[in-house]
Amino acid sequence: MEKTNTQTNHLNSDDSGGRGAGMERRAFLKYAGTGAAILGLAGSSCKKSTGNSPVNKNTVDLGSGDTGILNYAYALEQLEAAFYTQVIATPYTGITAAETAILTDIRDHEVAHRAFYKAALGSGALAPLVADFSQINFADRTNVLDAAKGFEDLGVAAYNGVAYLIQDAANLTIAAKIVSVEARHSAAIRNILTTGTASPFSTFADATVIQPSALNNVANPYNGLEASRLPSQVLPTVNQYITVNLTATKLP
Amino acid sequence: MNIFNILEEIEKADPDFHDRINPRRAAIKNITSFGSKIAVAALPFAMGTIFQKAYGQTLPQSVTDILNFALKLEFLESAFYTQGLAAKSLVPTGGDTTAITTMSTQEKAHVVFLQTTLGSSAILQTTQGTNGTYDFTAAGLFSTVFTNYDTFLAVANGFEDTGVRAYKGQVPALIGNQTVLTAALSIHSVEARHAATIRQLRSLRPAGPATIKPWITGANDTGNANLFNNYVGEDNVIQDNITITSLNALNGTVAVNAATEAFDEPLTLAQVLSLVAPFGVK
Repeated sequence: MEKTNTQTNHLNSDDSGGRGAGMERRAFLKYAGTGAAILGLAGSSCKKSTGNSPVNKNTVDLGSGDTGILNYAYALEQLEAAFYTQVIATPYTGITAAETAILTDIRDHEVAHRAFYKAALGSGALAPLVADFSQINFADRTNVLDAAKGFEDLGVAAYNGVAYLIQDAANLTIAAKIVSVEARHSAAIRNILTTGTASPFSTFADATVIQPSALNNVANPYNGLEASRLPSQVLPTVNQYITVNLTATKLP
Repeated sequence: MNIFNILEEIEKADPDFHDRINPRRAAIKNITSFGSKIAVAALPFAMGTIFQKAYGQTLPQSVTDILNFALKLEFLESAFYTQGLAAKSLVPTGGDTTAITTMSTQEKAHVVFLQTTLGSSAILQTTQGTNGTYDFTAAGLFSTVFTNYDTFLAVANGFEDTGVRAYKGQVPALIGNQTVLTAALSIHSVEARHAATIRQLRSLRPAGPATIKPWITGANDTGNANLFNNYVGEDNVIQDNITITSLNALNGTVAVNAATEAFDEPLTLAQVLSLVAPFGVK
C-alpha cells in the first residue's frame, strides 16, 4: 500500500517532497484515523496529545524574539508544504480536476512560504523538519480534506496569535501577507468539502473558527473575529506530525 | 484572538480590571479548565465590551483613527450585503444565499465590535454616503449592482479583497499592541475567507471570469476593468528584499503566479479611501 511508503517526509525537500527518504517508519496503527479529529480540535490547548508521544523524540526549541517567531512560521509552513506535496503525489480516490487544481495551487503557495522563510532566516533557520503523516490516510478524500482544513485553520490561528509579539515591522507585514492567504486556503478547502452536500458554502467562516460572543442572537450569531492561538497551544498539534518535539520556551 | 491572554495583559495594565469584571472572570476561569472549543463557544460576554471597559476612554488617537477607518469599511460592506440580500431575485437560493448571508452577518458583527470598542469615539454611519445611504453603483460604474448577480459578485469581490488589503496596511501601525492588533488580524482573516468564497462563487457562474481562483493571481484578476486600482501592487514578487521567483520550488523555481498568489499585499489608508470614495465612504 502506497501509504506505508510515505509515512515520513522531509519537510524541507525542495525537489521531491522527500517521500520515504530512508526514515524509519513510525509505529502508527493505534493512532490511525484519528488525525483529522485531532486537527479539528487544534485549539484545545488542554487536550492530551494522542499522537506521537514526545517521550522518544528529540526536542528542538524555536528560540526567542523575531527569529523564534519566524522559525515557528517556518515550521508550520514546512508541515503544510510537505502535506500538500504528499496530497498531490498520491491523490486521494475520486479527486476531481477542480480539486486537483486548488490543492496544487495551495501546495505551490506553501512551498513558496517555506522557501521564503528558509531564505529569510538564513543561518538562523531551524534544521529541516521531517513529517510523520501516519495519522492521515492519503487515499481517503474526507480524511485528506479534513486534515487540510485543520492545518489551514491552525496556521491562521497561529499567525493571528503570535503577531503581537513580532518586533520588526517588515516581519509583521510578511506575517499579515501570508495569514490572509492561509485563510483563503481554509475557505477554499471548506467550500470543497461542502460542494455537493445539502449545505454548500456553509462552513467557510463557521463557529469552529469564528469566535461567538454575547452578541449571540439571531442577528449576530458570532462577533466575526477569527480565533487565535499561542505557540504553546499550537505546538502540541504540530508535534503530532513531525519527528521531533518542537518547544517554544521563550515564547508564550 | 486569545481572550484569556488578553485579559491577563489588560490586568497588567489596569489592576482594577479584574475587579471590574470579576463575576465574568470567574466564569472564564471555569471555561479554561475545560479547554474545549465547545466551552469557548459558550463565552458569555462580548469581547467588544471588555475592550471598551478596559480601553474605551484611553485609546490613543492613532488607534482610534485606524479603528474608525475599519468601521467605515465595515459600514460599507454591511450595508452592501444587507441591500443585496433585500434585492428581489438577486442572490440565488442555496449556497449563494448561505454564503452571502454569512458574510452579511459577520460584517454586521464587525460593525458592532468596532462600535463597542470605540465607544463614544465611533463615527456615525449617517456621516457616510448621503445621510448614511451609499451609491453602490459608484456613479454608474456598476449600474446593475443590485439587478445583475454577476455585477453584485464583482463588487463584492472588490470590497472583500480591498478590505483584506486595508486591514493589512494598518498592521504595522499597531505593532506590539496585543489587543488591537490581534483583533484587527482576527477580522482580517475573516475578510480573507469571505474574499476566497466570493471568488469561488464567481468561478461557478456561467458568466463569471473563467480563470478566477480563491486567491489573487497577479494584479487585477477579477475580469472587471473597473476594479483595476483595487489590485495595484498585487503582482509583487519581492518580499522583504527576497525575490520569491528566484527561490527553489519542487521543480525549478517558484512560478510567478504562485509567487503573487502566496502573498496578499497591503494598501495604505489613503489608497483605500480613494477606492471606496465613489461609493460614498468619507
